[in-house]
Order: sequence, then C-alpha cells, then structure tokens
Amino acid sequence: MKHTIYASIATLALTASGAMADEKITVITSFPDSMTGPIEAAFETAHPEFDLEILNKKTSAGVKYIQEIAGANTADIFWASAPDAFEVLKNDNLLADVSVTSEGIPELIGSYPLNDPDGFYYGFAGAGYGIMWNERYLAANNLQPAKEWAELAQPEYHGHVGMSAPSRSGTTHLTVETLLQGEGWDNGWAKWKRIAGNFSTVTERSFGVPDGVNTGNFGLGIVIDFFGFSSKASGFPVDFAYPTITALVPANVAVVAEAPNSEGAVMFIEYLLTPEGQAVLLNPAIMRLPINPATYVNAPEGFPNPFKDSTIGAAVEFDVAKSGSRYNLVNSMFDVMITYRLDDLRDAVGAIQAAEALHADGSNTKATALIAEAWALIDANPIDEAKSLDADFAGIFTKKRKKVTDKVGERQAEVEQRWDAMVVANYASAKELANQAAGM
Amino acid sequence: MPQNPYILKGHADRLAKWLVPNLSAIHLVAVFIALLLIGLLLVPVAQVMIVAFQDASTGAATLQNFIDFFQTSLFRESFWNSFYVSAMSVVVATAIALPLAYITTRFHFSGSILIQSLGFIPLIMPPFVGAVAMQLIFGRNGTINLIIREKFGFDIPFMNGLNGVILVQSIHYFPFILINLSASLRNIDRSMEEAAQNLGSHGLRLFRRIVFPLAMPGYIAGAALVFIKVFDDLGTPLLLNVNNMLAPQAFLRISSIGISDPMGYVISVILVIFSILSLWASFLFMRGKDYTTVQKGGGGMAKRILKTREKFLSYGVVIFILLLVLSPHIGLLLLSFGTIWSYAPLPDGYTLQNYVTMWESSKTFITNTILYASIAATLDVIVGTAIAYIVLRTGIFGRKGLDYLATAALAIPGVVLGIGYLRTFHNLDVPFTNEPMASWWVIIALALMIRRLPYALRACTAALQQVSISLEEAAESLGATKRRTIQKIVIPLMAGGILAGFVTSFATAAVELSATIMLVSSNNDAPLAYGIYLFMQTPSGRGAGAALGIVAVIVVAIGTIASQVIIERNKKIKSTGDSH
Repeated sequence: MKHTIYASIATLALTASGAMADEKITVITSFPDSMTGPIEAAFETAHPEFDLEILNKKTSAGVKYIQEIAGANTADIFWASAPDAFEVLKNDNLLADVSVTSEGIPELIGSYPLNDPDGFYYGFAGAGYGIMWNERYLAANNLQPAKEWAELAQPEYHGHVGMSAPSRSGTTHLTVETLLQGEGWDNGWAKWKRIAGNFSTVTERSFGVPDGVNTGNFGLGIVIDFFGFSSKASGFPVDFAYPTITALVPANVAVVAEAPNSEGAVMFIEYLLTPEGQAVLLNPAIMRLPINPATYVNAPEGFPNPFKDSTIGAAVEFDVAKSGSRYNLVNSMFDVMITYRLDDLRDAVGAIQAAEALHADGSNTKATALIAEAWALIDANPIDEAKSLDADFAGIFTKKRKKVTDKVGERQAEVEQRWDAMVVANYASAKELANQAAGM
Repeated sequence: MPQNPYILKGHADRLAKWLVPNLSAIHLVAVFIALLLIGLLLVPVAQVMIVAFQDASTGAATLQNFIDFFQTSLFRESFWNSFYVSAMSVVVATAIALPLAYITTRFHFSGSILIQSLGFIPLIMPPFVGAVAMQLIFGRNGTINLIIREKFGFDIPFMNGLNGVILVQSIHYFPFILINLSASLRNIDRSMEEAAQNLGSHGLRLFRRIVFPLAMPGYIAGAALVFIKVFDDLGTPLLLNVNNMLAPQAFLRISSIGISDPMGYVISVILVIFSILSLWASFLFMRGKDYTTVQKGGGGMAKRILKTREKFLSYGVVIFILLLVLSPHIGLLLLSFGTIWSYAPLPDGYTLQNYVTMWESSKTFITNTILYASIAATLDVIVGTAIAYIVLRTGIFGRKGLDYLATAALAIPGVVLGIGYLRTFHNLDVPFTNEPMASWWVIIALALMIRRLPYALRACTAALQQVSISLEEAAESLGATKRRTIQKIVIPLMAGGILAGFVTSFATAAVELSATIMLVSSNNDAPLAYGIYLFMQTPSGRGAGAALGIVAVIVVAIGTIASQVIIERNKKIKSTGDSH
C-alpha cells in the first residue's frame, strides 16, 4: 500500500514537471484523433515553442465542460463542427473576442458566412451534408443509392436508412434545419417524417451513422461529408453524394474566454488558416473542404470544390438567425415526433406504403382517399412556422432564467406531453386507415 | 461540567474518554467513512440534483417537475421499459449463471478453472465496445443473421429494441450472479447437505430445498446488483439506440446542447430512489433469516464425480454458455485483427497493423488504467469491509445509512457524478500546486472508487453474513481484542468475498467511461476506455480501438488471475502454518 502511495506521488511529481517544459495550449475538441493528430503534428513542427494538449469530448459534453469550468478556466481553444455549439458558448459569454489575421480566405462558403460577424469564432474548414451508402448492403438488397432527400422516402428504402438526432449532434441539427428552410416548415417536416418512416434507427452519436453504414447494420445514412470521404478512404465499401438541397457550413474554432494562454490560442487559429494549415485538411483521414480556394490545386481527383462547383450548397440561403431562434424547439419536435416514437412512425409509414403498393393504379378511389388521409395524419404538425418563430414560445425550450420575476407560461414537459399525445394518436389512426385501405 | 475535578486532574487519559463518549476506533472509522461518502458522493450529486427541485424559469423550490414526470406518457412508458428490461435481464443472467455455478461447485469437473476464469471476462469490457462487437455478431446484418439468412432465408431479431438490451446486459452482468452465487455455494456447510441426505433428500429436491436456499445471500446480492445495474445503465441502451428507457432519457436531456430541461435531473432522482427501494426490498427479503454456518474447515459441499454421459452433457452446456457469453470478445478479437469488416460474416482480411497503430499511441492509457483501477479497488475493499462490519456487527447509530449511501452510488448515472465533481472540485486547488482539483488525476481514481464501491460492499457484506458471530465470540472469550479478532478471524474468513469484491471493482473500474469522460482534463491522464472511445470515433480507428479493447481484457485478466494466485498462496502458507 505504502509503495503505491509513494509511486503515485512520484508519478505526480514527474507529470507536473513534464508539463512545464513547453508553453501549453489546451484544446477542447469534438474532432477525432485521426484529424487532430496530423494538424497537431504540423502545428508543433511549425511552432516548436508550443505544446498542443488535445482533449477530446463530444460537442455537447465539450460545451458542458467549458460551462462547468468557467469559474477557473483551464481551456484555451474550443474546436468543433457545429456553429450552434459556438452560439451557445458565445451567448454565455464564454468565448473571447480576438482578432485573427489571415490571407486569401473568402467571406462566404456556399451561402453561409464563414466567420461569426461579432468575431467570436472563425471557420477553418467547410462541410456539407449528404447521403452515404454501403455498396455491399445495397447490392445484397437490390437497391440503388439514393441521391436526393426525397428518394430516401421511397418505399424500397423502408428500414434501410439511419440518421442521428438533431438534439444529439449539432451537425445533424443543421441538416434538419436546412431542409425546413429549403422546403418550408410544413413541407420540410412532412418530408422528414416520411424519410424517418424508413429509418432503421436514430443513432445517439453523429458518428453512429457512418459506423452503422460501414458495418452494414443499415444501408444508407444521412451524414456530414467527411464521414463519407474518410470512411471511403479507410477502405470501407461505401460512397457519398450531396443532394441538391444541402448547406455548406463551416467547421469552427474559437478562443475560450479568459484562456490561460490566449496568445498561443490565437497563434493556433492563425496557423489553421495559413496555406500549410489548410493543406493538412486534405489528409486522407481528414478530408474536410479547405476554405482557402488556392488549396484545391492539390486536392485529389473527384474531390468537390465548392468555390468552383456552384451546385453544392447553392440552393438554400441558410438563415442563421432563424435557425438560432428556434434551435431547441426544432430539436425537441424532432425527438417527440421521430426519435422517441420511431416504432409507431415506422409501422404507420410501412402500412401506408403497403396499402399504396396494393392500390398503385389509383382505380379504387375510396382506398386512395383513405391513403391520402393517412398521409395527412403523418404529415400533421403540432405547431405552425409562425409559432416556431414566436420568441415567447421558443423560450419555453431554452429556459434562460433572466430575472426571478420572469415567468414562462408553460413548461417544456407539458408542451412535449401534448405533442406526444397528438403524434401517437395520429400515427395509430394513420396505420388503421392504411390497413383499412389495404383490405379493400 | 466535570463533576469531580480532582480525578480529572490526576487522570488525564480519562478526560479524553469523557470528552468523546463511546468513540472507539470503530466509531472513528464510521465517522470517517461517512465524511468520505458525503464529500465524494452526496455533495457533488446534490449539486446536480437540486435542479430537479427548482422551477426552471424562476429557480424557486417546487415539486411540479415530479408531477410533470408522472403526467408524461413517454416517461411512464420508459419507466416500465426499464423495469421490464431489468427483470428480464435478471432472469436471463440467472439462466446463464446457475448451471455454471452449480456444475463448478457440485461436481469434480475439470472445466471448473476454465469457467472460473472465463466466466468473469464478460464484465471487463467497456459497455460500448461490447455493444459494437455484439452488433457485428448478432446484429441485423451480423455474422449469425447473414449466415442463417443465406442458408434458411429468415432472420432472428436478437438485437431488436429491448431484446438487444436484455441480451447484451445479461451477457455483460451475469458474472455478478455467478461470482456471488459460487462463493455462497462454496461456503455452505457440508453437514447441512449431509443431514438432508440422511433424511432421504437428493438430486433436484436437495438443490431446491436445501442448497439453493442456503446460497440465497449470494444469489440475492448478485441478482440485486444485476437488477440495479441494468436499471441505471446508460451505455448499452444508448449504443443500441434504444431511447425509451429511463437512464437514456435522463442522459439525453442532461447532455443536449444548450438545453436545460429539468426532466433529466428529475429522472436521475427517480433512478436513485428506485434503486434504493429495490435494495431495501432485497434486504427485507433476507431479514430475519440466519445464513451463517459455523464449520469452515471442510470447504463447502461434497463434490461428486460425473459419469461419462453426464460429463459430455456438462461440457456441452458449459461450452455453449461460454461461447455465448464470450461472443463479444470473439467479435472484438476478429475486429482487432481484421482489415475491413462490412456486411460480411467475417472480416475481409487479417493484419497486425491495428496493434501497431494502437501501441504507438496508447501506452499511457494502459499504465493510467492500472494505476486508477488499483487505487479505486483497494480503497473499495477497505471501505467495503469496514462498512460491512459496522452494519452487521455493531450498533452504531445510522449504520444502515452508511450502507444505503454507499450503495446509492450504483444509482448515480456516471455523467451526473462527473458533472457534480466538476462543480464541486473545480474551485478547490490541489495542495502545493495551482491546479484546480477537478483536473487532478486523483479525482478520476476517487470517482471510480465511489462508482465501484457498491460492488465491493455487496461482496464483503455477503461474505461477512456467512461468518458466524460465534467464531468471533469464541476468539474474544479467549482474550483476543476486537482489533485482533477482526484481523485474525473475520478478515481471513471473509477473504474470498473480499477478493471477489476487489476483482469486481478493479475490473469494472478499468473499463468505466461515463464519469471519466467528463473528468479527463488531459490525454496524459486518460484511462483505457477513453482511449478506445477516441479510436472508435473514426472509421479508420475501429481496428485499433478493438486492439486496445483486447489489451484491456488481457490487463484485467492478468490482474484477476494474479490476485487469485496470491490469495491461494496465502491460504496455503496459512494452512501449513496451522498444522505445525
């Protein structure tokens, strides 16, 4: 026992003295080792006076971590994909307003502003959302890859699609919001629910989707592009395509407020934006879209270039303010209508698809009417777009306590229970109607 | 006011006694443990849970959140699902553990050592790794389903929804029942069995009426652990993407970006209360029954030699069960040597590259894990033995409270404990350095200690329950002091249980992730499970992550076997010493 204690003290002393050798920059990131590793190596070669200390946490856990340690902050950099996570930190005054100098970086990627207009966080790479599929799985099930969101709703893909929940993954949230903005609130949700009716599963982590496609647990997944590219580069029999309606958004980096090594943190961000830093993004294990157009000269053949190919991410003018104002509300709606009621939704949509197949010619008008009624029940939304943008209503889901006297009318649990009761009843009647139609 | 100042002046030693009435060494220990549990468990958890009792918009105290919980159909459904999965997991885990325990303890069976060492392995796998491997073998397009679909044209939904959770959980946690049940079976007094046989009982009836009831403390201890553990477990349902259970609901609501929905905390409170209730129920069940046995020399029940036919049958059963429970490890091993494994019964090719990649970057993870898990498990058995003794052998006020408090740690989701530690220790500094305590590696070891204390405690309690108090009374009547009695009689007799507790705590602490992922503040301090998690987040890292998982299993297996060898050797030294 005593030996253990002595050994521990010795270990502690060693770690403590070792850490003082270089100037440390502590980075909180959701990016995997395979991405941070090459960038860390490149940065430390260029700036040997710094020692990058990478701390890998899921985006949501990283945000929580920075919030919890704010009292005596030890983190210098927050580095992650989802702009929303940065918005949350910025609103909590946990990001530092720093000035970063760079050259040759444009203002926009696709139609999305690259940097935070207030200067709290900076884009360093681009990413778009799309569909990834497993070639072996599709061949075994006689399926063609779906290349547009709408195709994922077709009956042949029933039970073959996977996606993460927007409340779990900031990047998935952007996919959901992009479709809602691109197709309109009601059409967008209807499309999501019809696609979700084909879901095999809603994964808990955003990486769960490429993982599921890679192993062949399900055949198609809705993922961010680099998951598709890097899986393919690792040798999995998978491929990836951008649908027409997609948003290109930046992956971001920011200096944490009251960072112990603010100077080093700025150095790191500036390095990321240099041509050398940008070139590392083309490493086969990383495969993110550089934001310096000049870097694409060295890109492998077939690698998409959003600065040349204007079809990528051009169809949607992404409205950041709109997305931010209803962020939690959209997450909650997705969970209530899809994540938590996936079995009900899948059964109902499956039943409708079966009924449609039986009455494909449309000659039985009664059955066709029943089917239309069933779809209407699936498509029905608990609230309309105006309500989603009503600041008071959306406030129920954020619960920022400002003053003790501030009173929110309803509680999130009440609202969710009401929505839940509605969708459960709707899905059940939709299934019943479809079964009736099938029996005709 | 002292009533006789004259005596006090002359007898300084009496003063201390008068000032601290009845505070014997054992009382001091009890107070110390209580402080430890309050500081490392109650305070951090309270810091998080208080949110459940606050109005989300005003911060005023309220119970409205609990009313909301019971009015929400999704939560009621989740509660029922959690209950169903836990109960079914106990049933399936019993079906796995009972034959193994019975065969090893009742018969001369050469496979016993195999069972004793391999039967423990399932516990030592990070839950998410187990689920990954199980998906590859039993999943919708896993090895088994791909093969039977090609041969017979149908699927077996092993891993669908709640089924998958039950399967993974039973395979993961059945060793709790196996270890505790075997220990109990081995401790049964042979004379009980012989008495029953003399009265004409044999076979199944003997097992049902005499043997199994006598082994109840071990079985109930194991089954209660399985039940609570499954009820609170987060990793498995999340990895299988089952959301409609309580623990995932709590986690999803606590850890969503920017959301501060109090329901997550409400669910955590309900998880804790329910776990304590189930524990209390298991105590009620055991109350008023005396399971102690006096005889210790004989070494458990009579063992029978198997007939050839029975031997084949036993081997068949044992091999089938071992194949089933080791399937996650087989999957992991294949993954670690495989190149690409996608929609195929087996990997496309085999390579050693994954091990090379893993070894280049994982040495510190391995040494950290050994250090943390050893500290945690050592503290666990010390505290566990002390609590068991205080609860069962003393009349100290609030002794049951210690037990409940320590056991309540089972019910605290790791994330909640992690956030609580960050909140509690971040503003305290480590002595002599300026680092915040929350980012000090010792905090990780302490969090592991608290998380795994219930395992050690149950094992120690079950062991002490089977030590007859008359043995201690005999020692004391021969003049031994309390301290000497505990040292020379109680602890040696509990050795088996303490070892079981150490091994369980060590092994499970070595693969813990949910609390550590919140607390790791530097990759140099990170344990193995965190390293596997890092690897498994990238498409190219799956093989390397699996390789690290295999290393974890080997490290823990070596630890287990080593501690077994040490105890056996001690036993031998002691018995030869006794004969002289």
